[in-house]
Amino acid sequence: MADLTSEFCGIKSPNPFWLASAPPTDKEYNVRRAFEAGWGGVVWKTLGEEGPPVVNVNGPRYGAIYGADRRLLGLNNIELITDRPLEVNLAEMTRVKKDYPDRALVASVMVPCDEKSWKDILPRIAETGCDGFELNFGCPHGMAERGMGSAVGQVPEYIEMVTRWCKEATGLPIIVKLTPNISNILLPAEAAKRGGADAVSLINTINSIASVNLDSFSPEPMIDGKGTHGGYCGPAVKPIAMNMVAEIARNPETRDLSISGIGGVTTWRDAAEFLALGAGNVQVCTAVMTYGFKVVEEMISGLSEYLDSKGMTSVAELSGKAVPNVTDWQYLNLNHVTKAVIDQDECISCGRCYAACEDTSHQAISMTADRVFEVMDDECVACNLCVNVCPIEGCITMKTLEPGDLDARTGQAVSSESSDWTKHPNNPSFVAAE
Amino acid sequence: MQSRERHSGIVAGRLKPDALAENFTDLHEPLADHEAQVAADRCYFCYDAPCMTACPTSIDIPMFIRQIVTGTPKAAAQTIFDQNILGGMCARVCPTETLCEEVCVREIAEGKPVEIGRLQRYATDTLMAEPAHPYTRGEATGKTVAVVGAGPAGLSAAHRLAMLGHNVTLFDAREKLGGLNEFGIASYKSTDDFAQKEVDWLLSIGGIQMQSGQKLGQEITLDGLKTDFDAVFLSIGLGGVNSLRAEGVDLDGVDDAVDFIAKLRQCDDLSTLPIGRNVVVIGGGMTAVDAAVQAKLLGAQNVTMAYRRGKDRMGASEYEQDLATSKGVTILYDAQPSAVLGEGTCSEVVFEYTAEVDGSLKGTGEMIHVAADQVLVAIGQTLLGAPEGLTIEGGKIAVDVFGKTTVENVWAGGDCASGGDDLTVTAVAEGRDAAMDIHAVLMGEG
Repeated sequence: MADLTSEFCGIKSPNPFWLASAPPTDKEYNVRRAFEAGWGGVVWKTLGEEGPPVVNVNGPRYGAIYGADRRLLGLNNIELITDRPLEVNLAEMTRVKKDYPDRALVASVMVPCDEKSWKDILPRIAETGCDGFELNFGCPHGMAERGMGSAVGQVPEYIEMVTRWCKEATGLPIIVKLTPNISNILLPAEAAKRGGADAVSLINTINSIASVNLDSFSPEPMIDGKGTHGGYCGPAVKPIAMNMVAEIARNPETRDLSISGIGGVTTWRDAAEFLALGAGNVQVCTAVMTYGFKVVEEMISGLSEYLDSKGMTSVAELSGKAVPNVTDWQYLNLNHVTKAVIDQDECISCGRCYAACEDTSHQAISMTADRVFEVMDDECVACNLCVNVCPIEGCITMKTLEPGDLDARTGQAVSSESSDWTKHPNNPSFVAAE
Repeated sequence: MQSRERHSGIVAGRLKPDALAENFTDLHEPLADHEAQVAADRCYFCYDAPCMTACPTSIDIPMFIRQIVTGTPKAAAQTIFDQNILGGMCARVCPTETLCEEVCVREIAEGKPVEIGRLQRYATDTLMAEPAHPYTRGEATGKTVAVVGAGPAGLSAAHRLAMLGHNVTLFDAREKLGGLNEFGIASYKSTDDFAQKEVDWLLSIGGIQMQSGQKLGQEITLDGLKTDFDAVFLSIGLGGVNSLRAEGVDLDGVDDAVDFIAKLRQCDDLSTLPIGRNVVVIGGGMTAVDAAVQAKLLGAQNVTMAYRRGKDRMGASEYEQDLATSKGVTILYDAQPSAVLGEGTCSEVVFEYTAEVDGSLKGTGEMIHVAADQVLVAIGQTLLGAPEGLTIEGGKIAVDVFGKTTVENVWAGGDCASGGDDLTVTAVAEGRDAAMDIHAVLMGEG
């Protein structure tokens, strides 16, 4: 059995599955139950400064996007940071950490962007016995209007500044949570690094309108006839999150930062993908908000089975395994030629590949009167759309042509040499060797 | 009331009213909203979909299912009704297992097709519950068309003709309209008086004058109609039944299955409807299954359905056969009736087993006796009372692909006409297509 214990920027936990700072981690009752269910760690719901806590709306806080059978694909929220007094949260954290010393307990923090606020609060929170801090520079709604959350996360200079204050205020690990609502994720990640961060966690939620009520003409969730943008999360955001994680993992400036992967992790497979792209652990929220704490059992058994099947003995072995294979388009081998192949035994003749290829791609699939669909190699550019729209997994696959094989589309033999855009004669920047 | 379940002979009230009510509820419950969403979501929206090709009325099935998925079942119903104005009944009675659902790619892939029939019912029920009829009549053409027979073909033709602006007079020999939808379909497939409701809904387009109790060859004649109307559409169905050629068929208790089903459909209180304790149904088609299953549901203790050939040759689909056996009907294959025995009333049927030898059916000499205090004969229907002058082909009124008969300005469709299976949905298609051809001819485009 693979060892799932995890050490993330010095914080130990029995497995790499943490609950993200969010409604599930807002109070002692929930966190105790999460730990009982098997979660390796928790990032406590974001704490604010002392004094009267923030208030939340008293109408719906969440909106949703559904797939088939009302399967929740995306969730959007307009909830703010904890709306309970700081002292209450600190007392609860202290009790929980005492009772679960082997679990990771990280405090998420968001206070106004001044040195005193940050330097005052961190030592106080540290008294709970927490294992580290996560600086919430991510929330895109509500708090951002008050100069916090993503309002900080969108200005790399602020990130660097606040991170530095925090590192000066505490010896505990500092994780900077990044907002995806920015054009280049490397800039805030590099700023966090310069500020001395031990790790980054990403992504926070994406600015979004979940749906529009077509009767009252208001965005949803709707509060008294009005709505506002909220933070989008859940399975739908995973591809966006994974790209950002991978960019940080392969960037020379940031590659040694620990990364906590967040964004739509729902199954062990999602977690394994984040890990392979360079995350050291993952944080989960929407999956437990949809199915409850129990899902962690499947994540643990699934990841363990996967690691065993690959002969890996630890999570650390998987972490970053795919990073060397994440590259720029310009370095992709243009001499790698594939062709779609339809397995006629598997084909159920629905014709979706034909409709997709004929109407929207390269007219490379033929159809007979008795509904036999075949790929025309001389037209197929191997775009993969037929594979993607086919309802039968494994029915359409991509066959790689061997060097020397004829590519019927170009009429040329496949080269054994790897060659990319940087060496292509059509590239204006390419200068042929003399 | 005391149940008379074990009384011998043909008696009423074998089951208590609540048991009868339970037995004769909807064969398939209507889909609720979320069930419909889930069922609809299974559709792959196939290119040039096989289901659509398999549908005799060519309903755009992937489109109406997509309209259900997107929360617009009324638009879905419109897609259905544009092709098949009796889409509501067809959703209930179509043998989908041998039409659209048989060729569904998910049937091929998983043995579990998209539930097209039930989805069609979901959509059509939704639109038919609206107060307004979804179609309006076109500009009046001043042309008149006589439609003879208010079954599926006649209703379909009448509606289409009315929609195109013609004045339609719809004749039927019976007092009640609907034809086989009203008289010939198992009642658990059309509960809650759906057939009449559908007729009323369909006629609410306007422009269709009803003349019931008018039988062709008696109150009305084809010559008379040809004189009085610009065009005539005949959809008179198959009024005759094949009679059994076996000793003892005159005994009391030997009845015609078509009559039995019609009586059952028109019966307001099923506890007054007599049924045998041991019922034998002879025949292998849908009528035989409908009769056998309903005999069982009325409380017959033993129901045997006997067919002279094997399972594969049976007219009733495998699904229908399974339905019959699931309700407790015993199916006897490869057995032909040789005699009905009894003193005044029947008491048993003697069958001889059969085998196919060189392509022809032969008795094997091996006999089997089946107890029977009631015998229902369902061995096919025949064309009866076709007017003189029409060409008859294979026992049916000969028509071309447009439904034209050999007599000018006379069209025919449905079971009485050549071409197509004897199915409700086929009749609807033929009525619709003949209406389009009549329109083209009357408007000088044909």
